[in-house]
Amino acid sequence: MSEYTHKWKDKQDGFSRRFGERLALWSVDSSSKIGYRALNTLTMASTKSPYPRIQRASDHSFIVYVGEGISRSNHRSVLRLYRLLQSKPNAATLNIHPAYSSVLVSFNPLITHPGKFESYLRSLLDNVGNEDTTPPRVVTVPVCYHYSLAPDLRFVANHAALSEEALARAHASPEYLVYFLGFSPGFPYMGGLPLELETPRLQTPRTAVPAGSVAIGGKQTGIYPTSSPGGWRIIGRTPLQLFDPTRNPPALLEMGDLVRFQPIPLDEYDRLEKSGAR
Amino acid sequence: MALYPALSVLSPGFLTTVQDPGRYHCAEWGISPAGAADCVALRLGNLLVGNPPDCAGLEMTLVGGSFKFNSPRRIAITGSYFKPTIDDQPVPLWQSLDVVTGQVLHIGSTESGARCYLCVEGGIEVGKLLSSSSTHVLTSLGGFGGRGLKAGDVLDCGPIHEPADSPKFIVRSDVLDSLYHGGPIRVVPGLQSDWFSPSALSMFSSSEYSVKEESNRMGLRLAGAKVVPLTDQNLVTEGASLGSVQIPPDGEPILLFVEHPTTGGYPKIAGVILADLHRIGQLRPRDKVTFRFVTEEEAVFLLAKQESLLQPGHCLVPAP
Repeated sequence: MSEYTHKWKDKQDGFSRRFGERLALWSVDSSSKIGYRALNTLTMASTKSPYPRIQRASDHSFIVYVGEGISRSNHRSVLRLYRLLQSKPNAATLNIHPAYSSVLVSFNPLITHPGKFESYLRSLLDNVGNEDTTPPRVVTVPVCYHYSLAPDLRFVANHAALSEEALARAHASPEYLVYFLGFSPGFPYMGGLPLELETPRLQTPRTAVPAGSVAIGGKQTGIYPTSSPGGWRIIGRTPLQLFDPTRNPPALLEMGDLVRFQPIPLDEYDRLEKSGAR
Repeated sequence: MALYPALSVLSPGFLTTVQDPGRYHCAEWGISPAGAADCVALRLGNLLVGNPPDCAGLEMTLVGGSFKFNSPRRIAITGSYFKPTIDDQPVPLWQSLDVVTGQVLHIGSTESGARCYLCVEGGIEVGKLLSSSSTHVLTSLGGFGGRGLKAGDVLDCGPIHEPADSPKFIVRSDVLDSLYHGGPIRVVPGLQSDWFSPSALSMFSSSEYSVKEESNRMGLRLAGAKVVPLTDQNLVTEGASLGSVQIPPDGEPILLFVEHPTTGGYPKIAGVILADLHRIGQLRPRDKVTFRFVTEEEAVFLLAKQESLLQPGHCLVPAP
């Protein structure tokens, strides 16, 4: 599977140029206003911007909001904070949940007092900077856009007023950003879907979506790493195994990766699937 | 490490899984902790058999199983009362018991809460996956083949360190009464509690909810007073922590439990405090539950108090 994965693009200048182009095209999701509790808000040192903002999320967690809504700039802040949480770990940390514009961190309050843990998070934010140190990986994911593997292919094509072939080309043309993994093991939340492919989710989610299903949910596209219930529209399937708990890391895609889908015919899907790509 | 085929499953019960305190440091991959739904019962069971607190035991749900022992072991049964017997003789919960080769432990159906635990000296050994032996049932991850046990399964245990005549213990009943008191489940305000009006918040904390049938280790769905946010704004998907009470569009709360999705987009009105999570693990379908808001400081104080109750010098007394 090496020919399809882990293709590194190490030219950071090239990356910045691509990002520049993308940022110009990017529009912040207008429905993405988040509320916050003034009373419980622990405003950061800067009085100019309300971000980053640390808020108590439960007796054993804090959340750091790095900004509002879904944007690549927020994503880069989340990624920097996540990497700092890993490189300067706290003994009390239990789990780190990165998302679009926030990072939730749970901790054991018997190991580190909540006030101290908050100071730890604050010290990380003081050092988080705004430099992206690691260039993103570009991962190529082969996808078979064949109706036998994609029960919603026709619906999405009709919705976009495209032929099924044109839909596959359109879906495989951009480079998608993995904002974070969440919901279920290894599930990548990917942004960058062309506007014309945006499709509402199913009214009633399916009880079982096969592993490897590539799907569209609203403005996002994703891949179901394991067989699970799901309400997104399935337009293809990849023979790659996205999640394998015996691997380290267990997820093929990581937060911050750029993903390019490569359309493959059904016979190649079968060959790759049999050859143990999954 | 040497392993011993210690336990044969004669019948598995309704849902019997291998659980330890949970799988942490994996949320960035979308993996929630799983682990014992009643972490206090597992911890006390491990204490009673002389295991470290992170050893794995068996979690049984509503109906227990039958197990044959293939070597002499110290065991303990904790959690809810499932009418356990050894060779057809009733045996008590919450105390160290010794079994000999060939004895059969039968665990029946519940007479109290949802879950019963079997801890075995040396711990159940299934091999750790991402640093934990816990079964994440919904994603078939970890534990014994990622699944609930079946008849014919044989479980290995770790080695025995204590001599066979080491002292046996009982958990003090007054400690159990404080750990499993029947009062309201304590919660702290959730991240979006300001999306709800004061009257909605007080309705949430003054209403009695009933646990719905479709509840599981991922989440408990609650039927009762519907709580509706003040606004219809959308929440940008964000991290969700264990015990969060989220409000979906239909207004009926969902309590995120040990196999919860690591991120979610519903507003969170409240979060169950760590010191009460084990009591959530004992709720059965149709059980009634009420909530009471406390401050984060009080929540941490209650957790520290629980921790002091769980110290062996405090909670255990020698068995007669």
